[in-house]
Amino acid sequence: MTDDKYAFFIGCLIPYRELAYEISARRIAKELGIKLITMPDANCCGLPIDPVDHEMSIALAARNLCIAEDMGLNIITLCNGCFATLTKTNKKMKKDRELRQRVNKYLADIGLEFKGSIEVKHFIEVLTEDVGIEKLSEVVTKPFNDLKVAEHYGCHFLRPHKYLETENPESPVMLTKLIELTGATVVDYLDESECCGGTVLGIDPNIPLSLARDKLKNIKEAGAEAMITICPMCHMVYDLNQPRIKKIFSETYGLPVLHYPQLLGLAMGIAPEELALDELRVKADKILSRLVEEIKVKH
Amino acid sequence: MSNEVKTYRKPLRIDPEFKNLVLKMPGGETLKLCFQCGTCTSSCPIAQIIDTYRPNQLIRLAQFGLKDKVLSSKTIWLCAACSTCVDRCPQGVEMADVLRVLQNLAVKEGYVPRVFKDFGSAILKTGFVYNIPKTRTMKREVAGLPPLSKTKIEDIKKLAEKTGFIDIIEGKESDDR
Repeated sequence: MTDDKYAFFIGCLIPYRELAYEISARRIAKELGIKLITMPDANCCGLPIDPVDHEMSIALAARNLCIAEDMGLNIITLCNGCFATLTKTNKKMKKDRELRQRVNKYLADIGLEFKGSIEVKHFIEVLTEDVGIEKLSEVVTKPFNDLKVAEHYGCHFLRPHKYLETENPESPVMLTKLIELTGATVVDYLDESECCGGTVLGIDPNIPLSLARDKLKNIKEAGAEAMITICPMCHMVYDLNQPRIKKIFSETYGLPVLHYPQLLGLAMGIAPEELALDELRVKADKILSRLVEEIKVKH
Repeated sequence: MSNEVKTYRKPLRIDPEFKNLVLKMPGGETLKLCFQCGTCTSSCPIAQIIDTYRPNQLIRLAQFGLKDKVLSSKTIWLCAACSTCVDRCPQGVEMADVLRVLQNLAVKEGYVPRVFKDFGSAILKTGFVYNIPKTRTMKREVAGLPPLSKTKIEDIKKLAEKTGFIDIIEGKESDDR
């Protein structure tokens, strides 16, 4: 398959709360020949402290970019927040000489210099662009049958479009295509592009809870049996919060929220244990049992 | 409303230089472009559930120079930085960046929500916003994941000194700590 090596930027939230995302991503990466090289000495992407000090935020982002430049590798990241911050900083610093000089002054003190020699990619971009839809379709040996899912891209994969330049934020297709090749059907639902609100969790936890409740409600009404995310923050808000939503709103949604690599991995025939499905707060047994039947039918 | 005790209104103080201060800061340049159509607020997921949060109003207050009112406002911290407003603004106002400039200026006036102090101290200690507990690192081992890399904290501290971040997090007095 692909023989590409990437500097793997894990960020903060995945090792802290969302190990399943890393486990499943590494598992399918291994299968697809994507080599994830640990970035030595990396630090926070910079996003969480942007509201208090923008200069420190870009300095942190730029330091990560420099580390990957020294490795001579493009960055791959699983987190939308890390993706947006590193991409925006990378693109802005490549174009804006004044900014580059300002940030390089900070970096000079620690013996680094931003050169602008690498790119930042989200995991699903690597799947789509570097591995390719065709090859992915080939490795899907146990596709889902009659499974309806709802997709959630998450804001920081798409916006602000001016800097990220990924896809049309009002009608993205990248994740949709990746889901469809697993055999699952993507259903439309109300307010699809609505934010999870995870970034204001520390300011007012009720905001993401209300937003999550609206989203889960809309998804359930659309008849989806699972939700697919590509960001650890979004996943945390929708999966981990479901018991709290039940408590506060007295409403049970019981909607399993899968990291995309988990969905793809299952369709590739990888065992659920290897994809850390047991780590999900809302269990995905319904989907699993369907997959087992599917395998039985096939054999 | 009717239960509130009536008090005399404090006169609003206008700082005519405030908008120029915002315009000069990186990311604040587009403040002047806003013509109050309200697209940002109608697109905003937060404004949908919090009716005191109206991003277009914050912009107007900043344009008018109502510095204290803007910077002491609790609502400037509610922006989720989703940037839906940025993508939809017909005038090209980079709302998320402008709001971030207002937040950064509020910090300089001493308004720092607790969560950012926590994030900041963690970054100065570990390089990341969370202290990963031992149970998690053990879980990594069990799952067969490679160990997390360690950050050179001296580097992070140097950057924090250069940018002034360390003063915000540790307080100016504790420099000689």
